[in-house]
Amino acid sequence: MKRMLKYTLKRLFIMVVTLWVIITLTFLLMISIPGSPFNTDQASNETVQANLEAHYNLDQPYYIQYLLYIKSIATFDFGPSIKQPNQTVNDLLSRGFPISFELGIITIALAVVSGILVGIIAALRHNGFLDYVTMGIAVLGISIPNFILATILIQQLAVNLEIFPTATWRSPAHMVLPVLALATGPMAIIARLTRSTMLEVLTQDYIKMAKAKGLSPWKIVFKHALRNALMPVVTIMGTLFAGILTGTFVIEQIFAIPGMGRYFVESINQRDYPVIMGTTVFYSAFLIMMLFIVDIVYGILDPRIKMHQKGGKSG
Amino acid sequence: MKAEKKLESVQTPAHIPDEWFTWKERDTEKLEQVSRPSLSYWQDAWRRLVKNKMAMLGLIFLVLLTIMAIIGPMLSPYEVNRQSLPNQFQPPSMEHWFGTDSAGRDVFTRTWYGARISLFVGFIAALIDVTIGIIWGGISGYKGGRTDNVMMRIIEVLYGLPYLLVVILLLVVLGPSLGTIILALTITGWVGMARIVRGQVLQIKNYEFVLASKSFGTKTSRIIRKNLLPNTMGPIIVQMTLTIPSAIFAEAFLSFIGLGIQAPFASWGVMANDSLGAILSGNWWTLFFPAFFISFTMFAFNVLGDGLQDALDPKLRK
Amino acid sequence: MERILEVNDLHVTFTTYGGTVQAVRGVDFHLDRGETLAIVGESGCGKSVTSNAIMRLIPSPPGKITKGSIVFKGEDVTTYSEKKMRAIRGVDISMIFQDPMTALNPTLTIGTQLMEGLKEHKKITRAQAKEKAIEMMDLVGIPNPEERLKQYPHQFSGGMRQRIVIAIALICDPDLLIADEPTTALDVTIQAQILELFSTIQERTGVSIILITHDLGVVAKIADRIIVMYAGKIIESGTKREIFYQPKHPYTRGLLNSVPRLDTKEELKPIVGTPPDLFSPPKGCPFTARCPYAMEVCDKVYPAQATISDTHHVDCWLQDERAKWLLAAKSLQT
Repeated sequence: MKRMLKYTLKRLFIMVVTLWVIITLTFLLMISIPGSPFNTDQASNETVQANLEAHYNLDQPYYIQYLLYIKSIATFDFGPSIKQPNQTVNDLLSRGFPISFELGIITIALAVVSGILVGIIAALRHNGFLDYVTMGIAVLGISIPNFILATILIQQLAVNLEIFPTATWRSPAHMVLPVLALATGPMAIIARLTRSTMLEVLTQDYIKMAKAKGLSPWKIVFKHALRNALMPVVTIMGTLFAGILTGTFVIEQIFAIPGMGRYFVESINQRDYPVIMGTTVFYSAFLIMMLFIVDIVYGILDPRIKMHQKGGKSG
Repeated sequence: MKAEKKLESVQTPAHIPDEWFTWKERDTEKLEQVSRPSLSYWQDAWRRLVKNKMAMLGLIFLVLLTIMAIIGPMLSPYEVNRQSLPNQFQPPSMEHWFGTDSAGRDVFTRTWYGARISLFVGFIAALIDVTIGIIWGGISGYKGGRTDNVMMRIIEVLYGLPYLLVVILLLVVLGPSLGTIILALTITGWVGMARIVRGQVLQIKNYEFVLASKSFGTKTSRIIRKNLLPNTMGPIIVQMTLTIPSAIFAEAFLSFIGLGIQAPFASWGVMANDSLGAILSGNWWTLFFPAFFISFTMFAFNVLGDGLQDALDPKLRK
Repeated sequence: MERILEVNDLHVTFTTYGGTVQAVRGVDFHLDRGETLAIVGESGCGKSVTSNAIMRLIPSPPGKITKGSIVFKGEDVTTYSEKKMRAIRGVDISMIFQDPMTALNPTLTIGTQLMEGLKEHKKITRAQAKEKAIEMMDLVGIPNPEERLKQYPHQFSGGMRQRIVIAIALICDPDLLIADEPTTALDVTIQAQILELFSTIQERTGVSIILITHDLGVVAKIADRIIVMYAGKIIESGTKREIFYQPKHPYTRGLLNSVPRLDTKEELKPIVGTPPDLFSPPKGCPFTARCPYAMEVCDKVYPAQATISDTHHVDCWLQDERAKWLLAAKSLQT
């Protein structure tokens, strides 16, 4: 237990440093934009300008600006938007993030559950028909970028066949296509990974031993093999979260879902720097937290974990 | 011949002719030979790769694609960026093999130009990743101790940074161009490669042959070059086949959010993104060709990577 | 004495990329209650495949029992359904694997792994299972069993893990224990302890043991009878005395000569060469190419079995009357 605590504290420390790096990066972004990033001629007025200068303390030297910037982020104050008058970044986040979160959670749940199931089935039918079919589909799933998949889905299922609505986020029927477009890639990745680790685990001596005990195939797969086979899947969850998050930028744009991703892409196109910075910091904090949780879960799942070394598979 | 015939009639020891009970000449040289021809690691891996039909399909596609990226634009009489509004949205025909886009540009020509850009981005990004990754991971793994500790902590922090968000931030500051996109993609992209190289080096550096050359006083750099690198090549090559498509993918993603390669260049991502709306009005070809080539290139790299992994994995070698 | 196991004319093949490997090519042997039989040979000689075949644990495909019978307590298990076979595994026949470092599941506690076989096969309560588990831990010599049941494999040393593996194998009181190189992965001092443990257990439980090994030192300690396998065939079998003091097959003698001994000053002589390729096994004696006494006949016809005593059999042409002349002449020359 003491080792677990030490491990957790170490991951926590790395997490804080990472967060600091990203905050500093956004600050460097702000001061490295030629001229003032907030000198905007359009859709802006005197008050906005004054608000911005006050928020970022532009009259102060850089190091004071930097410290005050960190302070404002630590208090969850991301400042005003340039392009959307009378809106703060916080307003946008509180409006957009719940929707993006909903989309993301449904996607992850679908991807993880179906990905693992497909992976197990393929491994148990190794070199069989089902194995080839599912893995063929999985390779395709990885190969098609989600914005192309989304467009094809809209074209076929929404416009041609009119089974699902084309856009927006209102009812479960509206959710089908965006979730499908977003989940296919991660699902395919999880399925392939589960399959390959499962195949490797199934050749291990302890599986032979379990067979020699006369256990049923069901117990061998779910009690002995799966837990070990899922370790690598847990380790890539952080990357998958990140992938799904950036995926929402695209999917929300295509399906006109009023989520945070859409605001983010708009802010990039309009060079709305406070929104870009605030959202980046917020997203990063979210992802880094997810990565931290994944690490802790991994530590719980694998009793062998070497606390002084991430992953611990080398032992 | 006679002996063979006799053999069939042998049923019991008594039927065996007495003259067979004489000492046999021993061929000692033959004894030491291994019965099957031994193949070198790379020959063996290559033989296995060739047997993998999907991987070969991927490899052939990529070779053809590279050739077309070089000569494709020359096969067409059209300029890559020449707009011709009267020729807007021409379906594929003898005139325009892949049709024309919303500005009347020839999709065939643009597809191969796009191949140049996309492949260039992918290859260069992967090459930079590999170079930094090998140097960083090699030193970290080989030196061990404090050096390793510090280098690994840095990697852990970089690894925790959300890759695409950092890329977006950089491109917002630097402005998207071919150079800045490659820079942004590689600035934290090498971390994965460094981890793989380090893991391999850690594993191999304690092998007897490495210890042996160390005990002969061989220089560190030579050990890394001659002993460690060849033995870590397998996983590095596999990782490379996965880095290239992910760079192409990332570039396509950046095009979508408006941070892709800017005119006059046109990557597949830019082409596909420009045509997303067009498909709904029935001009499928404008999206189909770039989308097909992005997807098939991903597919090719993925199956080739899988094949290489199987072919290069010494664990499977029997 | 009760006959526990009888293997008749067993053939096992593996279908691979390169062709079909004939891993076991007609093996006959038997085992009585309370007896320890050692199967000895180089790696790849088919000894592990034979033991896996008895458990019906040969991965299929590519492996297959193509011919022969395995009669366990009067019933041919090769005809059993997978379900019926599962009821035997771990209960009547148990198995111990070579490497204790990999034979235990790293993510489950020792207690779970020890008790799950019991729970699978016997209708008992958790408390009873735990009691039995503690009893087994005691039997194999692990101190503080109650606490250690809650621990994970990585918290045990190699020798301790092998003791646990043995406890797992014995927890359902099997009639037959197959130990596949049980000491190969261990330190020499630990090896001796584990072998000691085997003897103790056999005394207490009367279990029959098949010991698969390439280490004749191990065999000398605990075996009653010995089978020597080469290239998928049994080339010599006999009691421990017969094999150690009157080895007849040149291969058996070669094996014995490659073991260091304290009682002679003879030089160690390794057997030169490698075993034949079992993709296309030779039709004659497979050892011919490496045999210092090879005759013309050896390549052409597989040797008929010669009976030295009721218990001692050898497949070698040197036992033929006509070869004895040659041998006599050779000994005169030198």
